[in-house]
Amino acid sequence: MMKEESIRQQLVKKFPILENTLRIQRERRMWVDVPAARFMEIFDYVVKEMHFIVFCTITGLDEGVHLSFIYHLALENGIMLNIKISVPKADPVIKTVTGYFPAAALAEREVMDLLGAKVEGLPEGGRYPLPDDWPLNQHPLRKDWKPETPTITEEK
Amino acid sequence: MGKVTIPIGPQHPALKEPESFNITLDGERIVYMNVKLGYNHRGIEKACEERTFIQDIYLVERICGICSHSHSSAFVQAVEEIAGLRVPKRGLYMRTLVGELERVHSHLLWLGVAGHEIGFDTLLMYTWRDREIVMDVLAMLTGNRVNYGINTIGGVRRDITREQTADILKAVDVLEERTKYYIQVASEEVTLINRLSTVGTLAHDDAVHLGAVGPTARASNVDRDIRRDDPYAAYGEVQFKVITDTHNDVYGRTLVRVGELMESYAIIRQLLKNMPEGPVVVKAPRKIPAGEAFSRYEAPRGEDVHYVKANGSEKPERVKVRAPTLANVQAVAKMLENGYLADVPIVIAAIDPCFSCTDRMTVGTADTRGIDKGTIDWKSLRAYSIDWYRTNRGIDFSKVKISGK
Repeated sequence: MMKEESIRQQLVKKFPILENTLRIQRERRMWVDVPAARFMEIFDYVVKEMHFIVFCTITGLDEGVHLSFIYHLALENGIMLNIKISVPKADPVIKTVTGYFPAAALAEREVMDLLGAKVEGLPEGGRYPLPDDWPLNQHPLRKDWKPETPTITEEK
Repeated sequence: MGKVTIPIGPQHPALKEPESFNITLDGERIVYMNVKLGYNHRGIEKACEERTFIQDIYLVERICGICSHSHSSAFVQAVEEIAGLRVPKRGLYMRTLVGELERVHSHLLWLGVAGHEIGFDTLLMYTWRDREIVMDVLAMLTGNRVNYGINTIGGVRRDITREQTADILKAVDVLEERTKYYIQVASEEVTLINRLSTVGTLAHDDAVHLGAVGPTARASNVDRDIRRDDPYAAYGEVQFKVITDTHNDVYGRTLVRVGELMESYAIIRQLLKNMPEGPVVVKAPRKIPAGEAFSRYEAPRGEDVHYVKANGSEKPERVKVRAPTLANVQAVAKMLENGYLADVPIVIAAIDPCFSCTDRMTVGTADTRGIDKGTIDWKSLRAYSIDWYRTNRGIDFSKVKISGK
């Protein structure tokens, strides 16, 4: 846990506001809550200066009045930093990280489709993973979303 | 001549699963490729939130028909971490054993598919015949050829016997012998080497930048393997080499996979030799305490990740899956740039794509209900399901509107 502790110290030294939200869950697993307003600055430092260059994915969460997004990053030696931000559900705007990780594009389209996030700076492109004719205001992973009773087509 | 755009898919005879590739050509050369995914989206993550943790194991196992054990392992590992369960060592060894057997079957399957895509069907026939050996081993060990159902929260559901250990060792000897032959084919057969070399190149920096994973990345000399970098199950206690290659092309991806087969045999032997005594499972609570965990697993196609959040009830608050193919999709577009149209099938096949995994869906074929009951037509099947839900779940679907009437 030496490495995790020194990562923690480096990050807290640079960003003192993270002192209470940065936790080491176990060996190689670190979690941190970051204010949305400072996300890009912290993300940039973590990727460029601390070399968290492995991008796993983005998890979107519906937490009632907030939508939260966890950016799962890792060092090549396996230590993970899971950076979480929360934005109001009424205006869930996040900034794209495709400038750092092109592979994030699909993950960002996914939180747009499934949770209704708005991603600033993401280039235009097709939908993923919902079909093109899926209603734009229906986001299945929101907790209040329930599937309609299906209509079954019977073979003649 | 102007540029031509050719749509391949979502339904196309060359594709095993629905996905859509729009390929813009200048003559025979590919200028640009656009991939559209999502045709396999089945809403598994949402469905997981509405089922118990135990039910979810079997649901996530059905995300993929080839690397099913990868998904169930990644999922149970996350749940075990949240619940603070200490899985007995023997259980971890068993889980790892099935994981490596799965890698063997998956890589042999890939080798056959790759052979088929380049018109080398003898290789397909050979590898798929040999693959039956490992399929039989998996069936003997778990009861199933695919979707093994061996994982449970807290360990595995079946123990291994001495006789089974002996049988597996025998099977591994045969497989190793056959794999040596495939390595010889891959390193000496001129048609194979010429057909695959410099096809679908992916430079090292591009592989890193685009986030490629698994054998696709390792063939571009990206030295990453979750089994070594973020060890889980019993991988911290076995010795193996991470196979990398510097060819950066489909040929390199072939060498990496056959090399990994040999490493898998070595891992299987170590696991069987050092299998600790004791129980294979520890009792898990039905309700999982609130918490979250992120689990990584080196599936045959690369890093498979699961995020699980529990809220103290028996159902998860959130389950998020990212399968390896999704991480490799952008790399495919890069590989095909400036390539030839005729190389499209083998280049796509070379990442060993699995779009069911990527889109996370369940497949249901509604035509038969087992041999002993014979076939059942759509109408009777529907009546059966309505009746089943009414008696077993108390839900009445008989009022559901049927379109076209």
